[in-house]
Amino acid sequence: MTDTKVLMPRRREVHPVPHDPDYKTSVPRSPSLPLLSMESTPSEETGPRFGHGLLGALDNNLISNFTQGKALAIGERIRVHGRVLDETGRAVPHTLVEIWQANAGGRYRHIKDSYFAPLDPNFGGCGRTITDENGYYEFMTIRPGAYPWPNRANDWRPMHIHFSIFGHAFGQRLISQMYFEGDPLINHCPIAATIKDRSQLDTLVAPLDLQSSRPMDYLAYKFDIVLRGHRQTMFENKMEGM
Amino acid sequence: MVQTLNTLIETPSQTSGPYVHIGCIPSFAGIEGIYPEDLGKSPIAHGAKGEIITISGSIFDGTGWTMRDAMFESWQADATGRFAGQEGADPQVSGFCRFAAGKDTGQFTLRTIKPGAVKMRGGSVMAPHISLWIVARGINIGLNTRIYFDDEDNSADPLLARIEQRQRVDTLIAKKVADGQYRFDVRLQGAGETVFLDL
Ligand SMILES: [Fe+3]
Repeated sequence: MTDTKVLMPRRREVHPVPHDPDYKTSVPRSPSLPLLSMESTPSEETGPRFGHGLLGALDNNLISNFTQGKALAIGERIRVHGRVLDETGRAVPHTLVEIWQANAGGRYRHIKDSYFAPLDPNFGGCGRTITDENGYYEFMTIRPGAYPWPNRANDWRPMHIHFSIFGHAFGQRLISQMYFEGDPLINHCPIAATIKDRSQLDTLVAPLDLQSSRPMDYLAYKFDIVLRGHRQTMFENKMEGM
Repeated sequence: MVQTLNTLIETPSQTSGPYVHIGCIPSFAGIEGIYPEDLGKSPIAHGAKGEIITISGSIFDGTGWTMRDAMFESWQADATGRFAGQEGADPQVSGFCRFAAGKDTGQFTLRTIKPGAVKMRGGSVMAPHISLWIVARGINIGLNTRIYFDDEDNSADPLLARIEQRQRVDTLIAKKVADGQYRFDVRLQGAGETVFLDL
């Protein structure tokens, strides 16, 4: 038998709507039939674990990891840091956090990106790290530029960093985006607007964290992430021991 | 007034967008040299116990178009039904794989070992299956589904049993096309829409 714990049901209402006509690609790519619900099983309650041995010294430094330290990326230097927690408020330690982003001009290093902003020869655009025992993580990077994208006639993505988080269970798997405090494009973005509860969208907006910045070097932004929790009851713990 | 609940709210999902490969499988995006290799290249290492199989397929949007930008993650038990990290699990089976729909063909392939049946709390048993998580541009929250096998006994599987419209069960079952080879297609909408899961 397994020693895994039941996941709290996902609160779908706090997430974006799958089908949103203002985000055109979601129209043919959202299931039209209801999802099949059931209590989590060991297949969702277990998940891959990644050790700190996976990481290279520059993996969480997007300013220098593409050139392996030989040259620095162009752009405004920032530190992005925060904690990964679960719904019970407990830290999620030793979990993999991956990010990817556009360069300072709003261009991705990807075959599908045809925006004419130039590639930065010193910027790859991906990074990863593993949270410490308190769920804490940090990245050094440059502030990504806003960029236009084909949707409605004149849509622009606000500055954002894509985040991928594992947690400790496959059912906790999450991909999201971090936005920046004060960016006026957030209020015009159809992708941000797929989240219908404004207070939930606000949880994706990282505040400027001047106290964590380093004078004459970088600004800091704080971004905490909450994953699904496990249901814990004394009753169930006793039952499992019987 | 009442007491305040201490629970937090899960961070909302956002679409992975079209450039998910940069962050998750950078070599697919042509980015080399940051990591020694992409994460989750294979769910099995040399010497993994069990039958080696490949599962190939495509993913279709609601218009029937083959999507070329989806990324998949799979998670599975070893040949005896144990997950990595559990007591007695095969150390050569990580169980985790990342793979993408081909840029030009839209075809994906997962090479792994056939998983064993998995015991649940309370003693019931799930038929051999692989959990699948799908992200892409236009998918606002990652889609969960499962791959079962048409040459296994799926009749007592507790998840499949919950599907009311019995013809939809078929959307979760990979078809054997040759020895060790299976076909599994994903349809996001329309006729034959895959059963997606909330668990
Ligand atoms: Fe983006």
